Amino acid sequence: MKRNTGDGTGLHQRLSWLRPGLHAAWPICLGYIPIGLAFGVLAQKAGLNVLQIGLMSILVFAGSSQFIAVSLLQSGAGALAIILTTFVVNLRHVLMSSAVSVFTGGSGKRILALFAYGVTDESFAVNMAKFREGSWGLRPALVVNHTANTVWILSTMAGGLGGQFIPAGAFGIDYALVAMFIILLVMQIRSRRHLWAAVLAGISATLWSLWVPGNSYVIVGSVFAASVVTAIPRNDRGVSGRSDQKPVN
Amino acid sequence: MLDGKYLFIVVGMGLVTYLPRWLPLALLSNRRLPGVAEAWLDLIPAAILSALLVPVLITGGQPVRLDLMRIEFWAAIPTFVVAVVTRSMGVTVVLGMLLFWSLKQFV
Repeated sequence: MKRNTGDGTGLHQRLSWLRPGLHAAWPICLGYIPIGLAFGVLAQKAGLNVLQIGLMSILVFAGSSQFIAVSLLQSGAGALAIILTTFVVNLRHVLMSSAVSVFTGGSGKRILALFAYGVTDESFAVNMAKFREGSWGLRPALVVNHTANTVWILSTMAGGLGGQFIPAGAFGIDYALVAMFIILLVMQIRSRRHLWAAVLAGISATLWSLWVPGNSYVIVGSVFAASVVTAIPRNDRGVSGRSDQKPVN
Repeated sequence: MLDGKYLFIVVGMGLVTYLPRWLPLALLSNRRLPGVAEAWLDLIPAAILSALLVPVLITGGQPVRLDLMRIEFWAAIPTFVVAVVTRSMGVTVVLGMLLFWSLKQFV
């Protein structure tokens, strides 16, 4: 490996993958702060102390299931019921990790095990867009995961300490993650088939969410849409005639 | 403080959350998938993002009902246009927040 001249430690070079990761992570962090604070406030009201809140954020690191767990704890639910609910709520990550695995061939077991810890809706969306661009690897992806993770842990603990003093929804910060999902969805639509999958998933997920309580609509909607579009034979070209699709087999 | 029952709950939650995140990566990463499976997985990100996003924009309440008058929805339309035109994460997120916040002041 070549070393930077005048930089005896090579630190600059070693940290060169840090910046893209941090740059990609900031919208996630922006969105996690208000949610984390809100979670901390609720958890504290449910009787958890800062250490217990931090421990849950470190071990679980999955926002919606943490909210649900706290409300179940408060209602006096049993341990197994809480664990089982968490499993169901977080099962959707199977789909995300499967989709990421297309890009992680040839990686070591340890780095994959570490990366898996940080797979969330948000980090998945950001890393997938980057992997697709081609200039991404597990190291910057890990920076995204762990930056978001750190911000999440600290925000939830800060909420437990005194988050009720921070005004909710200041400057539309509670919309940061929605806006991030909008741009990431736009970037995922690279052909007519992707567009159809997105439209179908949006409609079917919405309909399912109206009939079935909980968040199973995420899995049901996306599996249904991807399966239907996969079953349709490919004879179209990409959006507006661009032939940006891989040839069939 | 960190009593046994709570510890049992969070360790259990951590395990059942980690396994679905890890198993597909461990099992599929170094394996060549059949073409159909790859085509299917290629559609999953677009599908999953839409499935996460759309219900948040157009449903609400308890029990959940269709609601097209939500600020989330009306702020999403110009945000979507900004996303398509600029293709920039920074611009989209900041403008989306501003749009949502300004709409909230009027409603």
